[in-house]
Amino acid sequence: MAQRTATGLPGEGGRTAPEARRRGLLTGGGSRALGLWLLLVAVLAVCALSITVGTRPIGLGTVWQALTDASTPGDETVIIRELRVPRTLLGVLAGLALGVSGALMQGHTRNPLGDPGLLGVTAGASFAVVLSISLLGLATPAGYVWAAFAGALLGSVAVFAIGSSGRGGATPVSLALAGTALTALLWALIQSITIREQTTLDAFRFWVVGALAGRDSTVVTQVAPFVAIGLVLALVNAPALNLLNLGEDVARGLGQRVWLARTVGLGAITLLTGAATAACGPIAFVGLVVPHVARAVTGPDHRWLVPYSGLLGIVFLLLADVLGRVIARPGELQVGIVLAVVGAPFFIALVRRRRLVQL
Amino acid sequence: MTLTAPTRDPASGTGPRRPLRIGPLSTTHRRRQLVVPLATLVVLALTAAVGLGRGDYPIGVPQVLGALVGLGDDTQQFIVTQLRAPRIVAAVLVGLALGMSGALIQTFARNPLASPDILGVTGGAAIGAVSVIVFAGTGTTAAGVLGGIGLPAAALLGALLMAFLVFGLAWRKGVDGYRLVLIGVGLSAMASALVQYLLTRSDIWDAAAANVWITGSLNGRGWDDVLPLALALVVLLPAALAMTRALSALQFGDETARGLGVRVPLAQAVVVVLAVGLAAFAVSAAGPIQFVALVVPQIAVRLTGGSRPPLVASGLLGALLLVASDLVSRTVLTESFPVGVVTAVVGAPYLLWLLVRGRRRSTL
Repeated sequence: MAQRTATGLPGEGGRTAPEARRRGLLTGGGSRALGLWLLLVAVLAVCALSITVGTRPIGLGTVWQALTDASTPGDETVIIRELRVPRTLLGVLAGLALGVSGALMQGHTRNPLGDPGLLGVTAGASFAVVLSISLLGLATPAGYVWAAFAGALLGSVAVFAIGSSGRGGATPVSLALAGTALTALLWALIQSITIREQTTLDAFRFWVVGALAGRDSTVVTQVAPFVAIGLVLALVNAPALNLLNLGEDVARGLGQRVWLARTVGLGAITLLTGAATAACGPIAFVGLVVPHVARAVTGPDHRWLVPYSGLLGIVFLLLADVLGRVIARPGELQVGIVLAVVGAPFFIALVRRRRLVQL
Repeated sequence: MTLTAPTRDPASGTGPRRPLRIGPLSTTHRRRQLVVPLATLVVLALTAAVGLGRGDYPIGVPQVLGALVGLGDDTQQFIVTQLRAPRIVAAVLVGLALGMSGALIQTFARNPLASPDILGVTGGAAIGAVSVIVFAGTGTTAAGVLGGIGLPAAALLGALLMAFLVFGLAWRKGVDGYRLVLIGVGLSAMASALVQYLLTRSDIWDAAAANVWITGSLNGRGWDDVLPLALALVVLLPAALAMTRALSALQFGDETARGLGVRVPLAQAVVVVLAVGLAAFAVSAAGPIQFVALVVPQIAVRLTGGSRPPLVASGLLGALLLVASDLVSRTVLTESFPVGVVTAVVGAPYLLWLLVRGRRRSTL
């Protein structure tokens, strides 16, 4: 398996790779910490943007007043406290979760194309959501959350098991195809339900595009604990992931318990992706694109890569959400659609790099 | 991840090559390569006859055959030739086109996992067709244009454009099979996001109609729907059969094919155009019926014992699979149940099994 030990991370694992690309833009611990603070500022700026921009633009002064004093009269207070703030919080949670889980997934599979949306995880969640609408009659995103969780868990385990069981191991192609096949099977089952039950189709079609709108604050409080646990697991997993990327044998020789690290990683991925999918519906491409941008800045050290990916995920998701609100006024374009249109070209550019194809 | 030559044991069931001489011409053949297509043809004819007889007004196989040659009574004749025959003929032609398209693409990519489904034909067709369904009644200029084109033509156009895009993007001094598959996956994800967006913008009745179309269905197909596909097959089928020798050479790799006297870039381009054309016309007639093009060539290659998916046997087996699936979905399930669900439920587990079986199978 000589090809497998040559790693899949771009800019790594070949003598031809320039040393600069392997290390990333920022090298010292001090400059990376500074970069993290700058990203935090960017996150706050995007949050402010997300609260102020919309069908009804609201100034920052009004926003501050409405946030500090709930009794301020006027529609703006209601809009901000009931709609914009929950939506922005949800975007923060989902972006964080998807960015971090993307970084973990790419690290664990050594596969630059790892993304929950492409790997059938969300198809599992979708199928579970359809079943819960059809059989249990649930009709709100808050109701689907648990079903989506269970589906995401089963979907991710199935795709990993199938994709890595062939003799070549978990290659980009085998994982992508396992995801494609499982997605097709689950979609056929979804179709067989939605074709016969129009009410189910009506609820499902709005969930499946992936959106931040129309979720109240209960959804945020429902998924927040899972995102928190997932983040802790991810940060614990990051140093172990660095060792694993030296190869499983080397990692074992250095005292790493490989199965434990894999289990923690898979648990973190499932919790984070499941939480984001349960809350917002399937959102593809955040987990794919963001780790690559982060890796260009930090290099392949997961202790930095994971937090960078999380914060960049927030920025990316909220910007796409704001963009969706701006370009389709007075209506809006769901964030999942905006991301697919922006993310697919990035994916294709990635595939066209020669290094990837030679994995 | 290198592509190795097929490691099929020549003694495993393919049988010896037998000589065949007619006057001054002579050639060799393997018995199973003749027996399998002929047997498939017989089973296909029987299944089609049973399919023509099943429905709200059951008719026996002898009466069906009688009605086809004009011997039955008027009622039976009307039901068989006007109501049921177009649907069965559509199933046969769509299955034929999809099976051959799959055989062409898999031989070209030297990869049993390549198919028009993965290569964007399906996604493009879905965008075209769903746009027509959703925008048809809105009265905008886009609606006028789309309505003027009509649903099958819009699906055809979408399929051809998307396939062009996928191949164009995958082209980098030649087409690498893996790059092609991955770019197809990416663009298909984008296409399905756009289709889902269109579904949320429409009213629920249009959404339901679009939902049936994107599953792939033979419901309500008349002679009008069959005609464009039949005409396309008249052109594309002989062209595909004429490529047999080039395909046999291409399976050994570009270098060897060049050595055998095949003009590789030209042959590749022709194969791709034929495969995309066949799939696009099939999809525009019946919607994106999943997995026929993927699964059938692999079944055919195992049945005939050849070294690459055989064109004729793949086409006939595709027709058989679709006619049989249609029969199952009409009789076991409900009358209006789309055939695409049946083929996906059969086909997807097969693809998963292929992946689990691992490397040997992934080399054709």
